[in-house]
Amino acid sequence: MKAGRLAGIAALALASASAAEAQSNELTLCWAAWDPANALVELSKDFEAQTGTKMNFEFVPWPNFADRMLNELNSGGQLCDLLIGDSQWIGGAAENGWYLKMNDFFAAEGISMDDFAPATVYAYSTWPKGTPNYFALPAMGDANGWFYRKDWFARPEIQAEFKEKYGRDLAEPKTQKELLEIAQFFQGREIDGKTVYGASIFTERGSEGITMGATGALYAWGFKYENTPGKYDMEGAVNSPAAVEALEFYKELYKTATPPGYDNAYMEQSLDAFKSGQVAMAMNWFAFFPGLYADPTTGGDKIDFFVNPAQNVAASTLGGQGISVVANTDNMDGALAYIKWFAQPDVQKKWWSMGGYSCHNAVLNDPGFKDSAPFAGDFLEAMAAVQDFWQEPAYASLLLAMQERLHNYIVADQGTAQEALDGLIADWTEVFEDEGKL
Amino acid sequence: MTQTPIDRLARATPPSLSRKVRGLSDRAIAWIFVAPTIFLLLAINIFPLIWTVRLSFTNYAANKPNAEVKWVGLRNYERVLTDDGIWANMTTTAHFLIWTIVFQVVIGFTLAWLINRKFKGNDLLTTLIVLPMMLSPAVVGNFWTFLYQPQIGLINYVVELITGTPASSFSMLGPGGLAPWSIVIVDTWMWTPFVMLICLAGLRSIPDYIYEAAEIDRASKWRQFWTITVPMVLPFLMLAVLFRGIENFKMFDMVALLTGGGPGNETLLTSIDLKREAFEKWRTGYSSAYAIILFVTVFGLASIYVKALNKVKER
Repeated sequence: MKAGRLAGIAALALASASAAEAQSNELTLCWAAWDPANALVELSKDFEAQTGTKMNFEFVPWPNFADRMLNELNSGGQLCDLLIGDSQWIGGAAENGWYLKMNDFFAAEGISMDDFAPATVYAYSTWPKGTPNYFALPAMGDANGWFYRKDWFARPEIQAEFKEKYGRDLAEPKTQKELLEIAQFFQGREIDGKTVYGASIFTERGSEGITMGATGALYAWGFKYENTPGKYDMEGAVNSPAAVEALEFYKELYKTATPPGYDNAYMEQSLDAFKSGQVAMAMNWFAFFPGLYADPTTGGDKIDFFVNPAQNVAASTLGGQGISVVANTDNMDGALAYIKWFAQPDVQKKWWSMGGYSCHNAVLNDPGFKDSAPFAGDFLEAMAAVQDFWQEPAYASLLLAMQERLHNYIVADQGTAQEALDGLIADWTEVFEDEGKL
Repeated sequence: MTQTPIDRLARATPPSLSRKVRGLSDRAIAWIFVAPTIFLLLAINIFPLIWTVRLSFTNYAANKPNAEVKWVGLRNYERVLTDDGIWANMTTTAHFLIWTIVFQVVIGFTLAWLINRKFKGNDLLTTLIVLPMMLSPAVVGNFWTFLYQPQIGLINYVVELITGTPASSFSMLGPGGLAPWSIVIVDTWMWTPFVMLICLAGLRSIPDYIYEAAEIDRASKWRQFWTITVPMVLPFLMLAVLFRGIENFKMFDMVALLTGGGPGNETLLTSIDLKREAFEKWRTGYSSAYAIILFVTVFGLASIYVKALNKVKER
């Protein structure tokens, strides 16, 4: 009986050891569920083949991504070994110790941040902003851009009517105001027996949609969060006359040039509206552009792309993410090995070829890059002038306040643009006071 | 003599255990049986409640476990109670609560009264009516967003058919003041069957002989309805109102999926706002105070209501 028990215990111990070993040979990478994530699954097969590590993936739909992942990090969960988290999370993740600081690792492995586009290093990797403290490797460059029905724009009767009305050729807009005119021109127009609309834009209330959309206009008008960077002096910057004008512009775009019922729309709705042939133009993240170009119905020679038009300045809203090692992973060596592998120029080139937006200079500075995809040149142009939302640890409170103020003004018709931005300063001041920064 | 299972169990009990149990009083045995439940209640309900009260007096943020926790006294309560936005959300919640209850009671009672009559297909009709409440609120929220869609949605199409107003000219979930009513309509569609079932139970509990006596006394149908049916169903109806009131005060999933609180804050119920404060902004201390205020409000109103319900039952 005793011998039997001992044998049982030995078998259990052996099984536990094998399980632990198997676990140490596995990695779980967490990201949002979208096209680039599927490309990363394919890309990671090379890593699996080279190292024998089994890659698991946890992809969460965008509307729930922040909630799900920030809760995971906050509760000290061990679901993710690697996380491709949004750029705005970096402050909180660094200060709360959720992400591993990777300076020593980069130095030991000869990974240089100079090999990556400066804007992406600044936005995706550093905290405090701009300091050489790296908590992520730039993984997926992204910005908010535009795409349009090239085939509609090219129709002679539409061209002629547009020229007669506006005195210029119908072409990709060079300014925000031109964009509005084109969108209004298409609004309610009959094309191929179907009523179409001007543009699909971001108006979503629940997560970050309307902020990401409206900042495209705000930045183009020269919007700044602070008068002096790092001083949180927002009065006169956030509610400047240019910012008020930009917000009024975005409201006009929403009211006069979007499909009916377009009051809570984000990435998915924008893609649906375009792919179903409802709109002439649409805004969305560059990450979706490879999929849009490949779409059999509205892609190919029916689509073209343009960077967010300037108004007072050239500027685009930053998207994209860096890849970080979750500090309490139980497979630190494996996670770092993945980062080392992912940082290689050859892997980065393959990443771009599969639909991921590499931030590596070896890819971006390649002479053939601009012609490698119809949107590659626009991507470079956008990334040269990206601006991001606050990346403060309290970014969620700051974002929710902006969501509320913008949606109340733009969609729900409450108050004026000036009141919305004045109110936003009040909200943000309260957040920074709570944070002890004011 | 045949042995019952209990006899067999008693004989199978080891003598040592039976000696120990034999020495215990009825009260002690009762405590042994009740203790696990009390322990679970304390651990899962009471302790978190006390902990929430404690947190509500601090600046604690759950996403900053290493930050110093400061005692802020009544500051969180003061901020909640003086926040215009929260009062606006309370008003939105009250609008949702009152109108859903009014519609559900009126329609639910009417349906129960009609269903209570014997006719062919009665059972099938009852099953069909209760279908909506068998669905998940998340599913309901999602598919009603399609029904409300201005271009392809059934609701706008029907409105156009009846009134001639172009379907694309208005949005049930968009600006224009329709959104608060749209969420009332969906909740009414989903939960009226629940009120109907409770009313039906009440109607079927009324003995036939009371109506027969009323008939002998030559009471009209109208008089029978107001003096027999309504008073005897009232305790059931009040119970349904209590359940729906509590449920709708904490309504979250369906409305979050339908509107996300928008447009602007037009459908921002307190539960959605509280979730954002607690688990998106991570203002744990502040949201604890917010939660306590809501708890006291619901508990207070429910207590008054239950007293009224008991009085009605005693009549």
